[in-house]
Amino acid sequence: MTSTIDMHCRPATGTPADAYTLGPLQSGPSCCDPEPLIRVENLSLSYDNKPALAGVTLDIYRGCITALIGPSGCGKTSFLSSLNRLTDLIPGCEVEGRILINRQDARAPDLDVQTLRRQVGMIFQKPNPFPLSIRRNLEMPLREHGVRNRSELCDRLERTLTDVGLWDEVKDRLDTPALALSGGQQQRLCLARALALEPSVLLMDEPCSALDPLSSAVVEDLIQRLRGRYTVVIVTHNLAQARRIANYAGFFWVRERAGTLIEFGRCQQIFEEPAHDLTAAYVSGARG
Amino acid sequence: MIWFKPSILSPSYADARLGWGLAAAAGLAAAILLLIVLLLLRESWPVLQRVGGVRFFADQGWYPAEEMYGLAPMLWATLAASFGAVLLAGPLGVASALFCRHYAPFSVARLYRRMVTLLAGIPSVVFGFWGLTVLVPLLAQFQPPGASLLTGILILALMILPTVALTADAALAAVPDAYLRGAAALGLSRGATIAGVVLPAARGGIISGVLLATARALGETMAVLMVAGNVVQTPTSLFDPVRTLTANIALEMAYASGDHRAALFVSGLMLMGLVIILAAAAWRLSGGRLHG
Ligand SMILES: Nc1ncnc2c1ncn2[C@@H]1O[C@H](COP(=O)(O)OP(=O)(O)OP(=O)(O)O)[C@@H](O)[C@H]1O
Ligand SMILES: [Mg+2]
Repeated sequence: MTSTIDMHCRPATGTPADAYTLGPLQSGPSCCDPEPLIRVENLSLSYDNKPALAGVTLDIYRGCITALIGPSGCGKTSFLSSLNRLTDLIPGCEVEGRILINRQDARAPDLDVQTLRRQVGMIFQKPNPFPLSIRRNLEMPLREHGVRNRSELCDRLERTLTDVGLWDEVKDRLDTPALALSGGQQQRLCLARALALEPSVLLMDEPCSALDPLSSAVVEDLIQRLRGRYTVVIVTHNLAQARRIANYAGFFWVRERAGTLIEFGRCQQIFEEPAHDLTAAYVSGARG
Repeated sequence: MIWFKPSILSPSYADARLGWGLAAAAGLAAAILLLIVLLLLRESWPVLQRVGGVRFFADQGWYPAEEMYGLAPMLWATLAASFGAVLLAGPLGVASALFCRHYAPFSVARLYRRMVTLLAGIPSVVFGFWGLTVLVPLLAQFQPPGASLLTGILILALMILPTVALTADAALAAVPDAYLRGAAALGLSRGATIAGVVLPAARGGIISGVLLATARALGETMAVLMVAGNVVQTPTSLFDPVRTLTANIALEMAYASGDHRAALFVSGLMLMGLVIILAAAAWRLSGGRLHG
């Protein structure tokens, strides 16, 4: 008997102001009556018995954008991967602690991992569209998750590509290889692919770092539009970006060879009146 | 400081030498191929000129002493044996490579890979011996005489299986991890990942491997000669004994002379043509539509 995690996002309120079906900026529920969707308690993670994360405890609030910042190697990617159990794929990776997603244990051995990953989508640093056509990139995961109806598939294809602002650019070449798209377009395609599965959480691992400033701005704008509809956890090295888009921010730092969460709070507080000296030094650019 | 290093700015001698060396090696390989084709043409020219190319396909049988040069039955036998073998070994080889990469525990996969590599190194006569002493008598119990197209296909399949398995394994290993992680993050099952992502990504390599194996099957001589029965006839069933073009050359070259000898060179030319067609197909398939 496998259990699944049932998470339903509250729909966005407000009327769409433009072509984006996600609605205009900030149209979601006021995300900031904090209601934790993901609770991480005392999470530790090690690779081949070498600790990479130690004692991370934080809540991620429904409908908000949470930014994770910190220097390279402090375990941000490892943290994200443990949320959708991608760490299962890495031999020698041990996770300890509790991860509750919508009050259900995401680490339960009998959990249906496929369903978990459908509901907790992930975008990687390097765009990774499959070597298939644009259409197949979007349809293949949908089919795997039981969406077989042709018109339903077409519908979702058009909707998600419109959501990521790619529809007009690719509608005439849906059957051409996705790898022929530009880096920024590929990243938006990956985002569309994740959105097509209608997840409630999106994990983004430095989604803009492989992109030029213009594509990066497009993707960032897109992430802004996800607020309210999706719960977004984004890792970024771009502090200005974190500051622009996030509602909450967490600061990681390496202590005694293992990454730890130094400070977590509202974005404004982390950037403007950090409680910890390390945070203050990092966000002001003095260290890190 | 770059101006102290003219070698960065101007082409260095070492670079030029390497370039020439590589070009010479490539040129040598191309020249050898050309020489072989020219030799085949020269040796087969007398009979081609006298009886014409068409009769090699149209003649009713292979009686070189009576100036009947029908190679068609042996051409069909060659094609049937090779494609039969590929039909068997292709799916099996790809399946074993998939098992190795995506299902087997690491230690099992390593052991299995070593065994397949070993299988690839077994000389073809040894396969022939085995076929002759085990396979042929076994089949003879059901369908005498035993030595037949079927035994030829089975032996050939066994021989090209490692080629398919090893090239497919290499192609699968070259699939970037990012695809696998991406597929897992989308909640795809292992089967769906393989069918939807891994196989399309590895397709070019797998197809080249299968075509390479086909070429090997077309050219294989000893093992087939030992188990296929060597009767010159167009096979009508799997149990008919057949003679392939290569077996024919090996059997008759020792005593052939004159037009008979030249006719054997024509069959060599025919094999060469088949392999060239195959290579062209490989080139088209792996260079062209790689994306589904
Ligand atoms: N697959 C792995 N096997 C072994 N060690 C790993 C693996 N992945 C990460 N690590 C180690 O775990 C630590 C944390 O890595 P992680 O990738 O989570 O850092 P990060 O914060 O995402 O860094 P970056 O900002 O550079 O992406 C590092 O010391 C790294 O060497
Ligand atoms: Mg990282």
